[in-house]
Amino acid sequence: MPGLEDLYREIILDHYKNPRNRGTLEPPAVRGEGHNPLCGDEIEVFLIVKDGIVEDIKIAGQGCSISQSSASMMGVAVKGKTVENARAFIARIKHMLSIDEEGEPDTSIALGDLEALTGVVKFPVRIKCAVLSWNTLAEALDIAAE
Amino acid sequence: MSFDLQRVRADFPVLAEVINGKPLVYLDSANSSQKPNAVIDAMTSFLQHDYSPTNRSAYTMAAHATDLYEGARTKVARFINAPRAEEVVFTKNATEALNLVAHSWGSANLSEGDSIVLTHMEHHANIVPWQMLAAEKGFTIRWVPLTSDGLLDLTNINELLTGASAFSFTAMSNVLGTINPVKELCALAHQHGAIAIVDGCQSVPHMPTDVQDWDADFVAFSSHKMVGPSGIGLLWGRENLLDAMPPFLGGGNMISDVKLEGFTCADLPAKFEAGTQPITEAVGLAAAVDYLTAIGMHNVRQHEREITAYALETLTNRFGDDIVIHGSRDINQRGATLSFAYRDVHPHDVSQVLDQHNVCVRAGHHCAKPLMRLLGANATVRASFYLYNTNDEVDALADALAEAGDFFTL
Repeated sequence: MPGLEDLYREIILDHYKNPRNRGTLEPPAVRGEGHNPLCGDEIEVFLIVKDGIVEDIKIAGQGCSISQSSASMMGVAVKGKTVENARAFIARIKHMLSIDEEGEPDTSIALGDLEALTGVVKFPVRIKCAVLSWNTLAEALDIAAE
Repeated sequence: MSFDLQRVRADFPVLAEVINGKPLVYLDSANSSQKPNAVIDAMTSFLQHDYSPTNRSAYTMAAHATDLYEGARTKVARFINAPRAEEVVFTKNATEALNLVAHSWGSANLSEGDSIVLTHMEHHANIVPWQMLAAEKGFTIRWVPLTSDGLLDLTNINELLTGASAFSFTAMSNVLGTINPVKELCALAHQHGAIAIVDGCQSVPHMPTDVQDWDADFVAFSSHKMVGPSGIGLLWGRENLLDAMPPFLGGGNMISDVKLEGFTCADLPAKFEAGTQPITEAVGLAAAVDYLTAIGMHNVRQHEREITAYALETLTNRFGDDIVIHGSRDINQRGATLSFAYRDVHPHDVSQVLDQHNVCVRAGHHCAKPLMRLLGANATVRASFYLYNTNDEVDALADALAEAGDFFTL
C-alpha cells in the first residue's frame, strides 16, 4: 500500500502552504472556473494572454492540498510561456496523471516541481483533485483565444 | 433483550476485515450501513433456492417469491407502525421515493400561486425534485432557517406555513445529526392545511419510528442505511393520498387494464410499482427489519446516544479548539452523525490520512450544499456511528486525526 509520503511530497506541501500566483485579475484578463461537484473544490484561473504569451496568471479558489498545490505549481510552470507551450504542458500533465486524451503528449517537456504529482496516480480518487486546475486553465485559454 | 455489542459485531462479517495489519474502522453508516449475515444469507438463499418473478406467473416458485416479496412489505409496515401494508411502496431508493411524491402528488396539487415549505438542512433529494417541479409549475418554495446550534429555527414557522400546501422536512440531518421534532412539525403543517412529508433516511435506521404517532402524510427512507441491501427504497403514504395521486412510472405491473385508447391503474401498492421490482433486495430488507426488530430500536438508539456522548467528549478533550463539531452538543437533540472541521486541514486531506488507518469517513458536502453554505464550509469531515461501532473506534478516529494534524501543520 502506498504511504502518505508518496502522495504528500515535500514540494506539494510547500506549494499548499505557500501558494504562488494567488489572487485575481481584472478584465481584460479572462477567467476560467472549475468545480469538482463531488467534493466542492473550486478553482478560478485568471489569465492575461498577449501575442500568444501567457503574460500573467492568478489563481483563486479553495480545496484540498492536492488541488491547491497542483494549481500553484501550474501557475509557475506556464507563466511567461507561449499558449502553445501551456497547452502542451496540460496534455503532458494529464498523461502523467493517467488521463487518456487523444494524441501523444510531448514527454520531453521537463516537469520540474510537477514531477511530485506522479505519486497521485497511486491514489486514484485524488487524480480529479490534481487535474482540476489544469482543466480550468484549458478553459481559460479557450476563452482567451475567442 | 439486552444489547451485546460484541455479539452484534460478530453478525457483520465485514467488520472482521484487516487491511495492512489494521482493523477496519467503518464510520460512514450515515452514507450506507454494513450488512449482517442474516441479510447476506437471506439474499443468497433466495437466489440459490427460491428466485423467481413476483406477481405474475402461477407456478409454485413464483407464488412463493410473491409471498416473500409481499411479506417484506408487511414487515416494513409493522416496523414503522403503518396502518396498512398496502400503503408501503417499494422504490429504487429514498431519492426515488421523494421524487415520486414531488412528481405525483406535487404535479396534481401544486400550481402557480401555491407554495411549499422546506428547511435549510435538507438533503438534495428533498430539494431538487421540488425545484424541478417549481420550475415547471411556478409555485414558490419557502425555507425554514436554522439556529446557530443547528436546530430548526421555528420562530416564524406559522408565517412560513400560512397558505402552504406541503411541509417537507428531514427527521434527522445527515450533516448535523440534528433530530427534528417530527410530531410537532406534522401538527404545525396540519394546522395550516399543509401535508407533512418526512425524509426519514437518517432517523428510521437509528430509532423507533411510528408514522401514526407522528401523524405524517408521507415518509421516505432507504433500506441500505438500515443494514439492508442497496437498490430498494421505501415510501409510506396515507392511503387516501396515494389513491388520489396519478401514477409515477408507467409500465407493467402498475396497470389494471391497457387498451389502445388508454389504461387504468392497478390498486395500491402495485399502482406505484412499475416493472420488475427489486425482489431479492426486498427479501434482504425483510431480513434487515427482522434483525433490527430483534435487537430493538430502543437499544440501537441508546447505544448511539452513548457512543455519541463518548465521541463528543473524546474529540473535544483531545483537540479542544482545534476541532469544530457542527450542530448541537445535546445528545437528546442529535443522532450519531458528527460533522467537523479540524484545524485548517482540508476534509479530503483528513480523510486521506484516516484512510491510511482504515478509518472510513466521508469528506465532502454530503449532498446538502445549501446547508454547507450556511456553515461557511465547502466540505466537512463526517464520522457517523451505528449499532456496531465501539468506543475503541472513536479512539482510532482520534488517533488518526492527531496524525493528520501533525502532517499538515501549517
